[in-house]
Amino acid sequence: MKNIIYALLLLANSVFAIDIHEFKTEQQRLDYQQLTEELRCLVCQNQNIADSDAGLAKDLRNEVAKLVKQDMNQTQITDYLVERYGDFVRYDPPMRADTIVLWALPLFVLLLAAFIVIRTIKKNANSPHSQANTITNNTNEAD
Amino acid sequence: MNKTVLKALIPLVLFLSLVFLLYNGLGKDTRLLPSALINKPVPTFSLPSLLNNKTLSNESFKGQMYLLNVWASWCPNCRVEHPMVTEFARQNIIPVYGLNYKDDDATAKAWLNQFGNPYSDILVDSKGLVGIDFGVYGAPETFLIDGDGIIRHKIVGELNPQNIQNELLPLIEKYKNTIK
Repeated sequence: MKNIIYALLLLANSVFAIDIHEFKTEQQRLDYQQLTEELRCLVCQNQNIADSDAGLAKDLRNEVAKLVKQDMNQTQITDYLVERYGDFVRYDPPMRADTIVLWALPLFVLLLAAFIVIRTIKKNANSPHSQANTITNNTNEAD
Repeated sequence: MNKTVLKALIPLVLFLSLVFLLYNGLGKDTRLLPSALINKPVPTFSLPSLLNNKTLSNESFKGQMYLLNVWASWCPNCRVEHPMVTEFARQNIIPVYGLNYKDDDATAKAWLNQFGNPYSDILVDSKGLVGIDFGVYGAPETFLIDGDGIIRHKIVGELNPQNIQNELLPLIEKYKNTIK
C-alpha cells in the first residue's frame, strides 16, 4: 500500500512539466529539448523554461515547439526570443564589447592563480630553507 | 619597504572591490528586466477588440502616441494600478489602450464593469502570443508607443505618480512631434 502511494506521489511530480509535442524528425525533438534547457524562464529566473511550471514558461515552450516545426534552427530561434526578451532569456551570454568582462575575468583570475602558484613553487624549490630565508628577507627589507 | 606596503594593500583593495560589487547589487529589484524593444518598431499584431466587433492592428494606431497597458482580471497588481490608469486616461494627455493578456472575455468584462473602463479600446490576446512578441513577462506592463509606431518606454509593474511624472511625461513631451 505504502509503495503504491509513493509511486503515485512520484508520478504527480513528473506530470506538471510535460507538454505533448509531436515532431516530424528526431533532429526537431533534439532542438526542442536543447533549446528549452538553454532558455531562461523570465518569471522564475533561476529555472530554464523546460523545468519551470510558470504560465509564461509553458507559452515559451509552445512557441519554441512551433518555431522548431517551422524548420527554424537553434540560432534563429534563440535570436527570435532575444529580440523580444533581451539577452536575459539566454543562459549562455554572447561575447560582445559590453560583456567582455564577464568572459575575461575568470580567465584572468585563473592566469593570476597559476602565476602565483608557479612563483611560490619556484621560490620554495630554489631555497631549501625557505622559511628562514623569508624571515631574513623581511628583516632586511624592514631595515 | 614600499613593496611590503603595496603587497599588504592587495587584500584590502580586493576586499573593497568586493564590497563595492555587492553594495551595488543591494536593493536592486532583479525582477526588473530591461526591454529589448525600446526604440524598436512595435511588433505587428492583429487582434479582436474586447468592446466591439472590430479587429485592431498595429496600423490602426499609426500617427497617435499612446500607452498600451497590459492587464488581466486575474492580476492583483492590475487592480492596484487601476485608479492610476483611470486618472491618467482622464487627463487626456494621450489615449490609453488595454491589452487584455491571457484572460477570459467574460471575466474581463465583469472586471471592467466593477472597476470602470479607462481604456479607449482593448485588444484581446487570450493566448498571450502577442504578449510574447512584446516581450511581456508579467502583468501589469505598460508600453509608450509614439506616432511613428516606435516603442519609447516600458514600465514593468504598476503605474504610479513617480514613474508617470519622471519617466512617461518627459518622453511624451520629447516625442509629441510624432503625433499626426
